[in-house]
Amino acid sequence: MAANAEAHQAELKKYLMVFGALLVLTAVTVGVSYIPWLAANHVLAIAVALLVAGVKGSLVACYFMHLLDERGMIFWILALCVLFFITLLLLPVVTSSEVVAGHADKLYGVGK
Amino acid sequence: MSAAATEIPYDMEPHPLTRMYNGKFGIWLFLASEIMLFGALFSSYVLLRVGAPEGTWPIIGAPTVLGHEILNVPLAALNTVILISSSVTMLMSWYYLKENKFSRGQFFLLMTVLLSCGFLVVKYFEYNSKLHHYLVEFDAPLVVDGEQVSYSRTYPTAEGERTVHYLHGHITETVKDEDGYVEYYKFAADARKPDHGHAHDDGADHGDSHAGAHPEIELRPSDYRRMSNWGPAGSTFTGIYFTLTGLHGLHIVGGVVVMVYFLLTGGSMWKKLPDKYANRIECTGLYWHFVDLVWIFLFPVLYLL
Repeated sequence: MAANAEAHQAELKKYLMVFGALLVLTAVTVGVSYIPWLAANHVLAIAVALLVAGVKGSLVACYFMHLLDERGMIFWILALCVLFFITLLLLPVVTSSEVVAGHADKLYGVGK
Repeated sequence: MSAAATEIPYDMEPHPLTRMYNGKFGIWLFLASEIMLFGALFSSYVLLRVGAPEGTWPIIGAPTVLGHEILNVPLAALNTVILISSSVTMLMSWYYLKENKFSRGQFFLLMTVLLSCGFLVVKYFEYNSKLHHYLVEFDAPLVVDGEQVSYSRTYPTAEGERTVHYLHGHITETVKDEDGYVEYYKFAADARKPDHGHAHDDGADHGDSHAGAHPEIELRPSDYRRMSNWGPAGSTFTGIYFTLTGLHGLHIVGGVVVMVYFLLTGGSMWKKLPDKYANRIECTGLYWHFVDLVWIFLFPVLYLL
């Protein structure tokens, strides 16, 4: 029972450490958005922001939602879901690259 | 556990196939469907943003394409901290229920509800300021006392260049005639932010004469072509902003309803089946962490990028 209580204490400590990490990462993502040269470089800014958000999201999923401890079928169902989610996100980007040069290019601001 | 004839199998103990009790598996499947729901909307956001004509994202006249040209980053950062904290209090609630400390568990559940309400209050102020901020478009430059007060931008379109004359600001007073029709609005125009990036400004814009020099303008309905607030119909960006944050806000409201229900009825559930009550709080927590997770992505995508 004592060992059990100790394990529980460690669990609580883990939650608080993840909490701290999430706060720090929030400060980081807000902070870097005010760096002028990074804001000017959109691709890099998007990559950094999504990377930080990805790490934060993973921390929440792995530790708060205990996804690390789930070894059952739900893990694979969710993995499939995430795969579809990423496919959905990439879909607009892929289709927009299919625009063929023409006089309407100026309308979409491409081809400069 | 004494097995009653009507007991539902795997209500408390893990199912051999899914390795979790059925309620938990159910909430996980629900969250999987939620990933796809928000995924469709995030995908719409990308589509709209990639396809937005130059100079219209997030709104006509914005110096850059960043959401924070029209959104409040400090308030949203505060809301991020509030939501992450509420996730932790939710965990604490479950933690103490498992430790057999009911009143502590309920206390942290109450804290979660209070933090969620705090999130909604901040969101209310954010929405309210958008709904009272206006974009006015004119057919021709607006001239008051011989001085041009509107700004303009020229966009390339398929039919050639199109110039939009516009103003952003707040209506401070609505003056109506005796029939109840609007005679004019007293309009406080925003001080102009310096442009950077590749904005297409006409020559008239480069003087310093505009910088917050027109505290109040009288706008008659015949003066402008269109006046819209920064609400869902204000621009494509505000449309997807309100859709995404509105759907997320509804999830917060739904979570609060469930938590308040457990605050009110938790006592009797705990007396009957304490372990089952802890499981219910665990499932509520899983949903709550998911709502937190969605916000973690919404915040940078809408406000910072």
